[in-house]
Parts: sequence; structure tokens; C-alpha cells
Amino acid sequence: MNKWFKSGSPWIWMTGGAISMSLVAVLGLLLLIAWRGLTYFWPATVYEFEMRRQDGVVERVIGEIHDRVEIPAAQLRGSGLKVDEDVEFVNRFLIKTGNREFVNLDFRWVLETDILSRRVADDVAVIERTKNGNFYGYPLRLLEKGEPVSGDLLPELQSRIERVVELNEQALDLQKGDIGRINYKLERSRLAERGLELDGTLDDAARSRFEAERAQLRADYKVLENDLFALRDQAERDALVVRDMRGEEVTIKLNYVLDVYQPNQKNWLQKTGRWLVQVSKFLTDEPREANTEGGVFPAIFGTIFMVLLMAIIVTPFGVIAAIYLHEYAGDNVMTRLCRIAVINLAGVPSIVYGVFGLGFFVYMVGGSLDALFYPEALPSPTFGTPGVLWSALTLALLTLPVVIVSTEEGLARIPSALRQGSLALGATKAETLWRIVIPMASPAIMTGLILAIARAAGETAPLMLVGVVKLAPTLPIDGNFPFVHLERKFMHLGFQIYDVGFQSPNVEAARPLVYATSFLLVTVIVTLNITAITIRNHLREKYRSLEH
Amino acid sequence: MAVAERTPFASNRRRLIKDRVARYGVSAGGLMVLAALLLIFGYLLYVVVPIFKSASVEEQAVLTLNDDQVTLLVGSDELGELAYRLLGNGELRYQSTVTTPNRSAGQKLLNQQLPISPVVALARDAKAGELLAIAGSEGQLLLVKAGSSVSYPDNQRVVEPKLHYPLGEQPRQIDSEGQPLNRVAVSTEGGIRIAAWTADHRLLFVRFKPKRNMMTDSVDWVPSTLALGTQFSSVDELRLTPSARYLFVRSGDLVEVWDARDSGQPKLRETVRVAGKGAQVTTLALLSGSSSILVGKSDGTISQWFEVDKKEGGRGFDKIREFKVPAAVVSIDVERDRKGFYVLDANGNLTIFHATAHNQLWQNALHLDAGARMAVKPRANGFVVADGDELKQYKVVNEHPEISWRTLWQEVWYEGYPEPQYVWQSTSGSDSFEPKLSLVPITFGTIKAAFYAMLFGVPIALAGAIYTAYFMTPAMRAWVKPTVEIMEALPTVILGFLAGLWLAPLIEENLPGVAMVLIALPIGILLTAIAWQQLPARIKQSVPEGWEAAVTILPVIFVGWGAFALSPTVENWLFGGDARVYMTNVLGIGFDQRNAMIVGIAMGFAVIPNIFSIAEDAVFSVPRHLTNGSLALGANSWQTLTRVVLLTASPGIFSAVMMGLGRAVGETMIVLMATGNTPVMDWSIFAGMRTLSANIAVEMPESAVNSTHYRVLFLSAFVLFVLTFFFNTLSEFVRQRLRARYSSL
Repeated sequence: MNKWFKSGSPWIWMTGGAISMSLVAVLGLLLLIAWRGLTYFWPATVYEFEMRRQDGVVERVIGEIHDRVEIPAAQLRGSGLKVDEDVEFVNRFLIKTGNREFVNLDFRWVLETDILSRRVADDVAVIERTKNGNFYGYPLRLLEKGEPVSGDLLPELQSRIERVVELNEQALDLQKGDIGRINYKLERSRLAERGLELDGTLDDAARSRFEAERAQLRADYKVLENDLFALRDQAERDALVVRDMRGEEVTIKLNYVLDVYQPNQKNWLQKTGRWLVQVSKFLTDEPREANTEGGVFPAIFGTIFMVLLMAIIVTPFGVIAAIYLHEYAGDNVMTRLCRIAVINLAGVPSIVYGVFGLGFFVYMVGGSLDALFYPEALPSPTFGTPGVLWSALTLALLTLPVVIVSTEEGLARIPSALRQGSLALGATKAETLWRIVIPMASPAIMTGLILAIARAAGETAPLMLVGVVKLAPTLPIDGNFPFVHLERKFMHLGFQIYDVGFQSPNVEAARPLVYATSFLLVTVIVTLNITAITIRNHLREKYRSLEH
Repeated sequence: MAVAERTPFASNRRRLIKDRVARYGVSAGGLMVLAALLLIFGYLLYVVVPIFKSASVEEQAVLTLNDDQVTLLVGSDELGELAYRLLGNGELRYQSTVTTPNRSAGQKLLNQQLPISPVVALARDAKAGELLAIAGSEGQLLLVKAGSSVSYPDNQRVVEPKLHYPLGEQPRQIDSEGQPLNRVAVSTEGGIRIAAWTADHRLLFVRFKPKRNMMTDSVDWVPSTLALGTQFSSVDELRLTPSARYLFVRSGDLVEVWDARDSGQPKLRETVRVAGKGAQVTTLALLSGSSSILVGKSDGTISQWFEVDKKEGGRGFDKIREFKVPAAVVSIDVERDRKGFYVLDANGNLTIFHATAHNQLWQNALHLDAGARMAVKPRANGFVVADGDELKQYKVVNEHPEISWRTLWQEVWYEGYPEPQYVWQSTSGSDSFEPKLSLVPITFGTIKAAFYAMLFGVPIALAGAIYTAYFMTPAMRAWVKPTVEIMEALPTVILGFLAGLWLAPLIEENLPGVAMVLIALPIGILLTAIAWQQLPARIKQSVPEGWEAAVTILPVIFVGWGAFALSPTVENWLFGGDARVYMTNVLGIGFDQRNAMIVGIAMGFAVIPNIFSIAEDAVFSVPRHLTNGSLALGANSWQTLTRVVLLTASPGIFSAVMMGLGRAVGETMIVLMATGNTPVMDWSIFAGMRTLSANIAVEMPESAVNSTHYRVLFLSAFVLFVLTFFFNTLSEFVRQRLRARYSSL
């Protein structure tokens, strides 16, 4: 044994242990996020608990079991809870009870010892709503304009919910589409008038023209508004009466209801179907209730849009810089300084880029743009405020070294015989680069770009300063001229995680959504990285064979 | 790339021109990288530099006065466009100090004879400086607010003088015996209070209470007069702070401090001797916020006093710091919203100081008479002086007086604090709040976070890198390296979220489990190694050499899971069921849920891949013949590793650690989410911190552009930039040297 120790073998094992710890940590982390993120959409079993509260009152609680921890009973006794003397450990359940308007907290911690009985509540329905979160209860009957509706409850309910969802969608389309367009035109008309006024060319004819234009728009607006109110009136027709866990009958207006589902009556195949539907809703829906419910579509859209914009900006600069460093630069002080610059650009903390972007791009460049081109909108800034363009520029600066390093590696792998061959045949250096080198290096450029995109998609800190908001009312692309609005603020998956996880008033309700968002982000980034790694490895193989 | 520059077959001129254009274009594009870095550096510096500039003063206009009366007081309106003077005969004169389309500088705007003549004494309100109390020779007193109003007739901006009389247009009788009021002081915040010293040596304190007249709906002010039993038989100065928290009565070198806050009889708190031997007190002034008094003396020193906890118990005024001007202090005027003050001395010099920063901002000989009257403009962007027959107007550029090297990096004694401290507290709800912008606590937080991250990350990363580069089989390496790259790519916002919302509560509930993991993991791995040694050769051979890491994966998982599963049992057994309470009550260690340990683990996780890949690269590229030589001479592989490989690769490993440090210093999201973000200075692993980067992320969106706060945040970004620049450049330099050495080997 002593000899074994002297041979250094235990230390080798220890270093091996270190690497396996890292691997376990990475894979464990990914699994944790995947598990927590994906189970969120699974329709959980709803239980009905009979429980004795600490003050002795027996009450009924309906809800899903959200979490479970085992804690020493002594700890509970220390915090003043009553636990039987012979118990050493107690399970504590976190139960999601919903019904936010009737209880103080829609999540509650319950000690297992306080639970008298627990059964699967067969007929209970989970009612998904646009306000106040989920509602758990037993559906009793439907009301139409306050009058009971005869017929089979559940099929009738489904069809009526479909009708309401349809109506709400129409109303939303109207509001965002036509009414939004009129508001946008009104604002542009006001700005055009103000622009003429600033030029000193606003005469009475122009003023009355603007007035007439706006009067017409306002008249259109009235018509559409009436349509909208009519749709909302129709949606308010039906209501559902439910018995909740307190045993009381509660009337829920259907226009707030998105879905009614009875998870306890479904088999796993049906549940899988439901799970898929929920996942797709998560990906395509707008967020609700301060981002703690609903989907993340605007954040996905914002992230992709910003990242693509960044890619358009960063690619030419990164590739040119790499070509310069590898093909043109001589071995001199300037080149060495350039390399130090690349290393440092890669190492400067991202928040510093954010600070620089805010000061330089937003306030300096944006402020000057406003003064030059948008004086009519001042003092409210157009480009002189954080926005998607400035975010893309800031991140382009941040990811520039990624593209440079990757492209340069690609260039270095191209055998110089190819270049010399091209030059020997009479091509100029530029032609050699354009026809031979760059096409061969394009997969490497691609790799760099993918890595840059992956980096940019996950970066959050600088964006908090230069353009991300928790809730953007409009997407950066819409149907109003000029269709692409680079000055707008946008939503971002990474910031969504920070904001919902840490700034949200109801952390318990928000947490599963944050896990789901994290999983989405991690999936995107890991996929991008694996793609990049695969391309790179493939490339290395290819050039290795070229060299021989 | 050495490629032939000339292309002999290129005869086409256009092609050559294109080639040249491409060359210049690409070179220019390549140098953009350098330009970008310089731009970031330059821009950060450009924003930061103004906070270190001292003040500049510029004479704007000199207006000639033709008065037959002596000027008792000058002042400027809120906007700084009008100047007013109070003359000895009780006349208030307004003049324009700027040239606008409808009036010229110096134009007389208002001559108002006030119903008091001659003026015996006068005082300004310490908070609303344009409110004057003017005392007459028969015990009467007039309050007048010398203000201004802005209107826009015909789209032309016009600033007009506007007088307001809070107690009515007629003087009020303060002394019922009709004695002249030789000294007065006034405060109007939360009710009107007057202090007065009569010619027959009585100290009066008058409170005016508003009483609404039901009939006319106007407000009557009802006085109640108290006589204070002062020990002095002569009084040189009276000063009253807003809300009448303190009344200062100065007689020679002695100052009585009265507390007149409550409605009853004012209480004498203490009598302070504010000057030592060899110097007489010449003037007393209240610093903005009115917690401090400034005492000007005949030897040219000005001392700042405020209330602190005394050693002998209780609170009392104490001298905090001293300032120095070349000659005897004649008068002191204070800025209204900042802690700056202007001192006029007997030689006619004017000196501008900032009290808290203990900084002299500007000094120049203005050759002013000792009788000159001076007033700082309300927005502190200039001052006016009535000097003999002239009214001089000066412009002051003094944007950031509160920042100096000392306030940023040294202990500063702030008002109300028991001792000099490092404090970062940029905003607060209170009005008279002074921002405290010491970078020390947040720099400390940065270093602490980085330290714990390195403590956790470096051993694992280096050990892992050594194993991967030196012992691992290529087949496993082909899996490990991409996994580590994935680890590097994980967004820090996700790591921060997990650290803050998953790991922090988990560790808080399983403190014994964490301790057990730390002890059990190395032991577990060793036991695995021993057990592996004892296994029959047949099984051992089925796993080829270089796969030890794969064998340890299961034990690592098992030990980790086991430690946490046993945690409640151990907690019950050793710590009475609650390790946290045990720690606080028995061990006396404070515990924050989001603490340095969480940050260390999460940020350590983030820096592991950075350190790993560079260190692995360095170890892997140690030339083979060195290791082969060592092995051939009979060293075993561990000896070869420690004596040959690590020594050769040590610069690379150093460079890897530097790179990791650079990343840890600048990391934002993890520390933002996994610490409590409180700027405390405590090395404890169980306490939180606030780092430079998180501080920027938290406060930048709320800071006003070009304010001092904004520039100090830029300065902290600049500090981060310089720190990481240093680490990265050092690391890169070392790595270049190493590469050159390897290629020569």
C-alpha cells in the first residue's frame, strides 16, 4: 500500500476524480434544467387533502404537489410549529392551490403530519385563466347570460370555451392590428406636423390637411373601437359555476378562461398529447401576468432578431480582421498590438461593453442621430434610448473576437501550397483570397458565426443596459411602415430568466416557467455549440487529409 | 504568411488596382479591432475624466453701481438671471445679470423700499436662501422672499422679480419692549421660527404658528415668544438650522448649541469652544444639510464640526476636519444643495472647498474688499459679488466637487457617522442625503467573489486539465473536451439563476451535507482507487489505462447524493436539528442565504472551463521527447508529471489562472443573482457582497446621464476594464513566451 502511495497513483486518481466531478456537474446541471423545465408542462395529478391546520381547524385543500422536502422535526419545533414528540423527520409538501383571488398565497407549505387524508380528486378540473392564474374546482353548471344551460356539461363547456377563445383572439387581432396601425399613423401625422413646424414651413393649408387626416383616422378609430367592444360583449356571455375547495360555489366568467382540463381522468397517452400542446403554447404564446404565466414568444422573437442583426454586423468585420491578421499583416508591432486587442476584446467583462454601449452608442451616437434626423420627436428620444440596434452593435463588438479566432484557425489550416498554386497561375492576391481561400475557409467562418451567435444568445448583462425590457408592447418587426423598427426595445430570453426569477412578486409561481425558459435557452445554445464543434472537427479531418 | 508578393503574369491594370484596394481595405478593417479597443478605453476615460477636474471660475460681467447706500447683502434668484441687493436704508434692488432679447445686463428691474429703515440686522434662511429676515431699530422684523417668476408673453421667456412676504407686508413686532434686534436668525421649514438678540442682552426665540381665519380663509401667524437664559452678555452671531433643530449662539470663541425642535422651552445642549489659542473666530456658517457648522478663524483656518458619539458618552459637536486659506477668514457662503463652500479672506482671495471630500477646488486673488458681499447662486453654477461700486458676476464650472481620490479610495468621515468609513450608498429617499461613493467596498466585493471562485475552480480545473492532457486516453478525451466547451458556453444568467434559486436554498437546508461532501469526496475517490487496486486483474484489464476518470464518475455521484441524503440525520445528531441556528447562536457566525460560498461554487463552475482549456493546452503541448526521456530514465509517470511536465508547462498554467481570474473579476450575472448585493466588507464565506460589475448592472439604468453617479459607475467600468486588461495581457504575454520556448525545444 505504501508503495502504491509513493507511486503517485492516488494523485492520478484524484486528478481523474476532478475531471469526473466537472463532468458530473455539467451533465447534472443540464439534466436538472431539462427535468425541471419539461415536467412543468406535464399535467400533474390534482389531490384533495383533508388537513388539520396548526390552529386545530380542519380544512380541505385541493391542489398539485409541487415540491417535497424532508426536514428534521427539531427544526420545525424550533420555529414554533407543533410536531409530535416521537417524530424525527417530517416531509413538507409545497402545494399549489391556485384560486389566487380567494386565498392569500396560491402556494402553501404543508407538513405531512398535518394531512389527515389525501385522495386523487377524480372530477376536479384545472381552469387556466388569463387573470389570477389557475383555478382548481369541480365544475357544476354553465350559465348563459346568467341563465343555466341544459345539456351535457363538459362537451358544452369545451365548445363554449373554444368560442370565447376565438372571440378573444379576434379582439386581440383587432386591437394589435388595425387599431395599432391607426395609433401609429396618428403619431406619425403629429410628428410630420411638428417637423414642418420646426422647419418653419407649416402653413394653414398644411395644418388643416393634417387636421383632416387625423379627424379621418379618429373616425376610423371609433368604428374599430365599437367593433372591439362588440366582440368583448359577446365574449362575456357565458360563465361557469365551480365548487372550490372551501365548498363554495364560484362563478367564473368564460372570457377569462383559456382552457379547462381534468387531468385525473386522463391516461398517459392523453397526458402526453396535452404536454405537447402545452409546450407549443409556451413557444408561441404571449406572456401573461407579468411574465409569470403564458408563453415566451416575444422573448424568442426578440432574441433571434437581435442575434441575427448582430450576425450581419459582426461577420464582415470579423472575417476581414482575421484575413488581415493571417494573410496581410507582417510580423511587426502593429500586428502584435492587434493580437493583444483581440485577446482583450475577448476578455473584457461583458458589463463593460454594456456601459460602453450605453454611453457611446445610445447617448452619443443615438443622441446625435436624434438631433439630426428626428428633431420633431424630441424631447422624447427615438434612437437616443436603448434599443435593439444598439444591443446588436454592442454584442457585435463583444463577439468580434470569437469570429476572428475561429476564422483565423480556418485560414491557418488551409495548406499554403494552394495559395502558392493560385499565385503561380497568375492570380492576384485578392483573387486568390476571394476564389480559393475564403471559399475553403467558409465552414470555419460559419463555425465562428455559430459560436458568436451562441455567445450572444446567452449574454444578458450588457443587454440590461442597452435595450432589453421586461415587457415590450410591440415586436421590432410589424406591419407598419418601415416594418423593421430598429429603435424599439425588445424582450430577451436571458433577461426573462433574470427578471422573472428575481424581480417577480410571486417567485413560486414563476419558478417553473424560469426553468422552462432556461431549458429552452440551454437547448438552443448547446445545439449551436455542438453544431459548431462538429463542423470544426469535420473541417480538421478534411484538412488533415489535404495536407498529406 | 510569407507568400510571393509580386504576380508576374498580372498584366491587367484593373486587376492590380483591385488587388491594391483589397489590400488597403482589409488592412484598414483589420486595424479596426485595435481601433475598437482603443475606442472603448478612450470613451470610458472621456466620461470619467471630468470627475477629477477641479473647478474653474470665469468673470462674466462687471456692472457699475451708483448707490448712495451701503450694500448689506446680495443674492441671486433660482435661475441665476437676476441679482438683488439689500441696501442699508431697507431698499431692495433687482438687476438683470444676463443680456436677453428684451433687456440688457445691468438693467434695473425693481427698486422696492421695504418698510424697515434703517436695517439693524438681517439673516438668511439656511435652506431657502432667498428668504430674508430683516430687523429694524424698534424690535420689529420683516420676512421677505426675494424670488422671481418666469412667464412667456408672446413666446418670449421673461424672468421678473417677485417678492413674497410670508408674515405679511408689514413688519411684525418681535420684541415687545421695542429694543433693536442686533442679531437675528430665521428658519421656515415646518413653521416659522425666529431667534433674536436684543440691544439690552436678551435672547428671544419666537415661534409663529399658522392659524386659519375662518372668515377670510387667510392664514394668520400667531407668535409665541420665549426668552432663553444664555450665559453670554454679548452675542456675535446667531444661526438657526431648518426645522430649528439647532440654534447656535456664538459669543467670541464659544458657541452655545440649543435644541429648539420640540414645542416647549428650547434646551441648551452644550457649549463648545470652537477656537483654540492664537486665533479668534470670525464667522460661523451652516453647511448645506445643516448637520455641520463651519467656523472661520482669524488665522485663516476653517474647521468643520458635527455631532458624533463622544468617548465619554452622549453626543456632542466635535471638530472633524480643517481647511486653510492664506489670510483671516472674512466670510463663508455655502452651496445650497451640496457640501461645497466659498471662503473670502482678508487679502481678497476667494477659495472654493468641498467639505466631505476635504478638497480645495479653486483659489484665486479676486482683490475684493473686506466689506464685499458675496452670494453663491442657488444652482452653484456661479456667484455674485457686490464690491464697493461694482457688482461682479462669475461663472463657476464645478460639476463634481464631491469626488476626489480620497472619497473614492480612502476612509471618509461622513456627517452622522461615528468614524471615517468606506461607504457605498449612492441614493436614498432623504432630501438632505449626501451620496457616498467609495469604490472600496465594491472593489473588495469583486476581489472576494473572485477569490472564492478561484478557491473552488482552480484546483478542479487544473487537476482535471492535467489528467485530461496527460493521462486520459484519446477516446475519452474526444468526449471530455467538447463537454467542457459546452460548459463554457452555458449562459451565466442560467448559472446565476440556479445558484440563487436552487443552490442557495439547497445549501442553506443542507449545511452538514455540504461539509460532508467536502470531506467525503476526496476520501471516496481514494477508496475507489484502493478498491480498484484490489480488484482481480481480469476486471482491471477490461478497462484500459487512462479511463480512471470514468471509473470515478459513479463514486462521485454516489458520495454527493449520499452526503445530502444523510444531511438531515447529521443535522439532528450534531446540530440539534438546525445547523443554521446552531451556526448563528452557538458559533456566532452570521449567515446570508446568498453568500460567498454560493458565488464561489457558481462562478467557480463558470471559470473552470476557461482555466481548463488553456491549462490543458499547455500541458498537452509539452514536447513528447521530454516526457519520454524522463520515463526512459526510470521515473514513473507521476514523477515525470510533477518534475518535468508541470515545470515546463507552469507558465501556461499561470496564464490559465490569470485568464480565469480575469473572467471571475468581470462576471456579472452570477454575482448579481447569487449574492445579496449588499456592499459590506466581510471576508466571511457566509456573508454576501456587492461587486463592481453587479453594482453597474443594478445602478446604471437609474443614474442620470453625466451626473456624478453616472461618471463614477463609468469609473468602476474603467477599473474593471483595466483589471481585466492587465490579467489578459499578462496571460497572453506569458503564453506567447511559452509557445516560443516550446517551438525552440
